[in-house]
Formats: sequence, C-alpha cells, structure tokens
Amino acid sequence: MTLDASTSARGDLVLKNLTKSFGEFNAVDDLSLVIPKGSFFALLGPSGCGKTTTLRMVAGLEEPTAGSIFVGATDITDMKPYRRPVNTVFQNYALFPHLTVFENIAFGLRRRGVSTAEIQSAVDKVLNLIELPHLAQRKPNQLSGGQQQRIAVARAIVNKPALLLLDEPLGALDLKLRRQMQIELKWIQTEVGITFVHVTHDQEEAMTMADTIAVMNKGKIEQMGTPEDLYDSPKTSFVANFLGQSNLIPGKVIGSDGSNMIVDLFGTKIGVPKTRNSATGDSVLVGIRPEKFRISVEGKPTQGNVLSGGIVSDVSYIGVSTQYHVEMPWGKEVIVFEQNDDDEEMLRKGAKVVLSWEPIFTFALDSTENSSTTSI
Amino acid sequence: MAAFKGTSTKVFGLNENRSALPYLLLLPGLLWLTLFFIVPIFSLGQMSTKVSGGETGEFVQSYRFSNYLDAFSASQEQFLRSFVYGILATLIALAISYPLAYAIAFKSGKWKNILLVLVVAPFFVSFLLRTIAWKQILGEEGPVVSFLRTLHLISPQTSITSSAFAVVTGLAYNFLPFMTLPIYASLERIDPRTLEAASDLYANGFTTFRKVTLPLSMPGVVAGTLLTFIPAAGDYINATILGSPANKMLGNVIEARFFKIVDYPAAAALSFTLMAAILVLVTLYIRRAGTEELI
Repeated sequence: MTLDASTSARGDLVLKNLTKSFGEFNAVDDLSLVIPKGSFFALLGPSGCGKTTTLRMVAGLEEPTAGSIFVGATDITDMKPYRRPVNTVFQNYALFPHLTVFENIAFGLRRRGVSTAEIQSAVDKVLNLIELPHLAQRKPNQLSGGQQQRIAVARAIVNKPALLLLDEPLGALDLKLRRQMQIELKWIQTEVGITFVHVTHDQEEAMTMADTIAVMNKGKIEQMGTPEDLYDSPKTSFVANFLGQSNLIPGKVIGSDGSNMIVDLFGTKIGVPKTRNSATGDSVLVGIRPEKFRISVEGKPTQGNVLSGGIVSDVSYIGVSTQYHVEMPWGKEVIVFEQNDDDEEMLRKGAKVVLSWEPIFTFALDSTENSSTTSI
Repeated sequence: MAAFKGTSTKVFGLNENRSALPYLLLLPGLLWLTLFFIVPIFSLGQMSTKVSGGETGEFVQSYRFSNYLDAFSASQEQFLRSFVYGILATLIALAISYPLAYAIAFKSGKWKNILLVLVVAPFFVSFLLRTIAWKQILGEEGPVVSFLRTLHLISPQTSITSSAFAVVTGLAYNFLPFMTLPIYASLERIDPRTLEAASDLYANGFTTFRKVTLPLSMPGVVAGTLLTFIPAAGDYINATILGSPANKMLGNVIEARFFKIVDYPAAAALSFTLMAAILVLVTLYIRRAGTEELI
C-alpha cells in the first residue's frame, strides 16, 4: 500500500472561498473557514443552510463548484474520497448490513492493508472505548439505535483520521439517549484528540459539545465563536434568535456614559455596554435575553435599566420557570422567563408590570438587520 | 405482521377473529395448490410405477420402481445436457443482467422506469413467437451470422441455427427478465449511503463493488439464477425450435414419451427424476450462497 494523504496529511482544516451551486441556487456561498486541529467544531444552522453540503464537500462526496479545501498544507479539493484523511459518521449510520460489527469497524483498516494482528487489537481497543466489546460478532440490524450510533463512530475513529465529520449523528435518537451520547461523543473526542466537525440544527447539542460554533444561514457563516460568545454577544438577529431566544427592540444611540452608551427605546433611556455593541451606526436593535429580565408589579423599587408600562398578556408555567408575554407601550410583545425560585406570587394576565435588568446583560445589533421580537 | 394485525382490528373490527384472519387469507392459495399441484403430483407418482396393460394408453399399477432406472439409463445424455444447457444459459443471463440491472438501479436517472418496462416488454409477445423470432435472428439471412462472417469468426459454410449455441442463447434470452428483475430489486434496496461510507473508508470504486455492492445484491443474484435455471433446465421449446436432434434436452424426451410413444410411466418417472435433481442442486446452491439472512 502506498502512503497517501489519508495517513500523512494532518493539521488545521482550511476552507477557502468554497462554493457549491445547484443550478442558480448557491447552497454554499463563498465560505472561508479555518478549523483548528484537535478542536470540536460545530456547524449549526437550520435545514437547507448548506451545512451538510459543506461537510460532504470536505468528505469528497460532493464536488465544490469553486474554492479549495486544505488539511494542513495538503490540498484535498480534487482528491477522491477514499484518499482523504477524513472519515464520516453518517446521519443514518450507514453501517454495512452484511458485515459483523467487528468487520464493519475493521473495514477501513483492511482497505489500507493493516496486518490482521494490528486490526484485531485496534478494533478491540475501540470497542472497549465505546464499551461494546461483547457485540463484536453481531450484525448491525441486531443492535439498538444507540449501539449502531456508537459503532458508526468507532468505525470512523479506528482509522485515526485527521478529521472526523459527523452529519447530524444524533438526529435519530430519542432525547434521553441524545443527551447521553452528546456527553459520550465529547468524551471520545477528548480521548482520541481528533478534530471533530459536527453538523447539527440543534443549538443545544452544538452548545453542549463544541468548543467553537459556526452559525450558518443561506450558505454563509453568520457568526463564529465559542458558545458563550455567540449567546452573549450575537452579531446578527439571526444568531440572536437561532441560539436561544432574544427580545430585539429598535432604538437610537443618543449619547455615552462611561463604558455604556445611552440608547433611546421609545422614549426610555437605557444603558448598553459599548463592548457588546456590534452596530456601526446610531440606529440599533437592543437585545435582551428573556431570562435576564426581572419582572415586577408597578410601583415596586427597581434598578438598572427599566422599561415600564408593560401589561402581561400571557402566562405559561413550565416548571423551572414561568414564561410571560408582556405587551409593551409601543405595541409589541416581549418575552420574559422568571425563575420559580422565590415565593412571590405568579403575575396574572392583565397585570401592569415593570421590566428591569442589569445593563451588562444588554447587547446591540445593527438595525439594518431584520427585526423580530422573538422566534426560535 | 404486526402492522397487518393492527389494521385488521381497526378496519374490520374483528378483534376476536384476528388470529384466524391470516389462515383465511391463505385458504384460496392452499386450495389452488392442493387441486392443481398436490393432487397431480400424487397421480404422477402413481403413474410412474405402473406398467403397460397391453393396449395403448392402458396402464396398471405394479409398483415397478425400476421404471425409474430404465427411463434414466435410456436418457442419461439428455439429462446431462439439460443441466449443462441450463447452467450455461443461467451464466450468460447473469453476465448480461447484472450490468444491466446495475445501470438501471444506479445510473439511469429519469430513464429508470422506461428501461424497466423495456426489460419486461418481451413478455408482451408469446414465448413461442419469441423463440421462433430468435431462430430468424440467428438464421442464414439474419444479422448475427452475416456479422460473424464479416469478421471471419465463422466460416461461410457454418450456420449457427440447429446447434447447442442456438439453444443456449435462446434459453438465456427467454429467461433474461427473470434474472434482471430480482437483481435490480436487490440493488435498488441498497442504501446509497453505505456505498458512500465504503468510499469514505478508503475503498475505491472496484473494492466498493466487491466488498459492499455485490454481497448486498447476492439475494437478488440467488433468486435470479434460480428463476432462470429451474425453467431453463426443464425447457423443451428452445431445443425443439432452435436445436437439432443432437441437442435434445430431457424436456424433449418427456414430451416424446408422453405424446408420441405414449409411455406415460416413463414420462412420469423422468419428470420426478428431473424435479428431484433440480431440488437437490438448488438446495446445495442456496446453502453454499449463504444468503438466508439477507433475503
């Protein structure tokens, strides 16, 4: 067997101006990205945003219309999939139904001409890692969904690729199993040290597992950063609403006060930390996460930023918190999550309320972005 | 079966009868098989051990099992020929059908349905007519002979009708759809992602075919070879129309014993022998192929 890129190429994954068009439609639009070696990277976005197409181009299963893909210094853009230093965990696992679990995992090693003894020990090792050594001689259709999922991961990582691509790997599992597998995958990644590129539409999944998340929308990356970055300082309304919920209220910057800028929201002045402002002009969208609000009946003392004149229009009790819809004087609703951690009485529909929050929990976006109060 | 049971409860409201329903559904088929298969087989078995009662067409039961030995030793040559022709025709049909089925399943795009109709299209014409047409195609004025003569692959004197070649190709041609359709069905069922997974795991196109596509299509290959071999080995039309007396198969012998010589016991004994031989061969083949769990 010849030594090719599948064993030699190592390093960061670099996508340069990657584009994939299907006719007139750009599924992936001039995407440039560096994924550092050894990281757990998530491509997060709604269905149809181009994340799976991006992944398939890296795997070699889809040919880019333009642009290039590098692993370290090796250009793999035109390389056949079977020569790439990349392995994939497919959405529906795509295990070989005619082969035993052992042979499924050994498939890649056998193709590369690894000796029988080495295959035996490598497969045993990875079966122990995923804690399923007793299933080696079973066929895939005799396994549960969670077991098949782990075999699919084992089949890929046993080859020690430079890069492991995971295409919605947990999509077919139920919620409880999904949570468990999230932790397990994260642990496996730390254990083997391979770069994981994880494609998902589930923001919670991305935030639980990834070091870095790139939020994709319409073939482009909207914003990239750590889960905390993205949640605390979204740069676009799409990101603000795709990762959790946000209340976005249009306002105008009218001045400055130390580290805060002063923004006028329909006649009320509030402070926004300058460090959390991503707008360039005076017209901004002020963002407040629903759980950052404090809600109280009119007349009670408040501090920080205050918006008054709200009327509770809907109340839903969801256990850990109570979710309020509050109609504001300017005619739009905001959403408030109130932790159920005190013995205060639940507010009723129609109650007149005041919303307040610490200025540091406020962010500001460019108002040219489309505004919407809330959505997921 | 579980889904079926669920529906039966909802649709018919026959909750208490639901265990009886499957048997009721089996009944017409069972009746048919009893009347037209089990009863005739039984009378065929009885006939095979009778001896001539003197007049033509009159036979009396004497449990003469040596009928089998006599009939077999008189037609060993045709017996062997049936199997050789059957196997050759099956191999030719397989060699043509597999690539065809593969192309239809994976490469035909929007032409898929049209191609499938074309595969079945010969069935719109009767078996007999197709075989006679095949004789024309291979005949003196036909395209095959003139093509082969132009290439000097056969001498100007050689003809290819009334030959083993004509019989075997005729068999292969007539049973081709029985080979193509099961292979197509099993190829079609393969999840394309498993092929992508193979290529992702360092298998090139040929290795992917050898290690994944072919094993996963084995149920279709086994079904197709059986559906071709069994009727081909028992066939006598192709040997009658396309062959010479030197190409007679066991089917021809049975036909002659039955209709021309009116030796029913010998014809019945040969039918049983052929059936048993095919059954043994098929059992060995399925065991060897080991595709039980994939079917």
